Amino acid sequence: MKIIYRDKTWELKGRTTVRHAIKKVGLHPQAVLAVRDGKLITDDVLISGDDVVKLIAVVSGG
Amino acid sequence: MKCRKCGTTAVINMRQHRLSLCQECFLEWVPHQVQRTIEKFHMFVPDDRVLGAVSGGKDSLALWDILLSLGYSADGIYIHLGISDGDYCDVSQQKVECFAAARDVRFQVVNVAQEYGQSIPQVARRKRGRSTCGTCGLVKRHIMNQVACDGRYAVLATGHNVDDEAAVLFQNALHWATGYLARQAPVLPASHPRLARKAKPLIRLYEREMAAYALLRGIDYIYDECPYSKGATTLFYKDLLNQLEEKSPGAKQQFYLSFLQARREGRLLPMKSGQVDMSVCQRCGQPTTAPELCAFCRLWD
Repeated sequence: MKIIYRDKTWELKGRTTVRHAIKKVGLHPQAVLAVRDGKLITDDVLISGDDVVKLIAVVSGG
Repeated sequence: MKCRKCGTTAVINMRQHRLSLCQECFLEWVPHQVQRTIEKFHMFVPDDRVLGAVSGGKDSLALWDILLSLGYSADGIYIHLGISDGDYCDVSQQKVECFAAARDVRFQVVNVAQEYGQSIPQVARRKRGRSTCGTCGLVKRHIMNQVACDGRYAVLATGHNVDDEAAVLFQNALHWATGYLARQAPVLPASHPRLARKAKPLIRLYEREMAAYALLRGIDYIYDECPYSKGATTLFYKDLLNQLEEKSPGAKQQFYLSFLQARREGRLLPMKSGQVDMSVCQRCGQPTTAPELCAFCRLWD
């Protein structure tokens, strides 16, 4: 599966939850939203194979 | 995961509320939360004219969208700061223009460089010792207040969410900045004829929920961060608070709302016995604690 965040892309193998994948690429589940096939998904959703998950940063401000 | 209300597939899980919702239920739930906040803190009433401070980001555009959907009369104020890296301000202004045009609502643009002769980065560079973000905050507060007062708006509404407020609270508590702690409130009353009433209707919603709301409502907001916010301490504090939230869902909300409760009950800070001595700026007429010119007017000299 492919995880995309800003200009970075990670390829992960196997079957895992969105939440685990977010942590695996070093991000906070609280700091992103996950979108698959243009739809928002919860972090318990299982992803695998050809899935492409885009992570949207939610933190703003300075 | 299923929606706790209707049983269809959930799109968001809010661990702090132990609540997962589908798109339809979430888009009803968010405005309901905002309405509850407006009423609980007596922010404004349906007949009031509201001025929304809009930056083109997710929070302010989502707030504007929610206020309109709740039936409030809400105009917008956008301040072009002259930040040209990656056309940041031009792009964010475009987002605001598109939003307003699609909903046929009014908004005003104040272009800092055109109005005052220098952009925010230029004036911050010239005023050594003043950070760009500090200068930006000062200029935005002044202009928003001026536009709200001149336009006789009942209230100026800003899109601060729980994460914003908790990060500021964390920063102020770390420094025991009691003056700032005393002023951190969901509503700041118009304590002077030239000071607008200010309200923060999103203070019960997490940043994550606001991003989800903007996404699900199809609001086209500026995704990129302000180029000057890289390495900002507020972002560091937000990151720390998110680590805490991960271990203890609801920690951010509890931290902030418990502060408000303690503040309201006078348990945290002694209530001020008297008003701060305010004079009026000799140039712009806005209230100031300085003897002649306010901090904003001194920027341009």
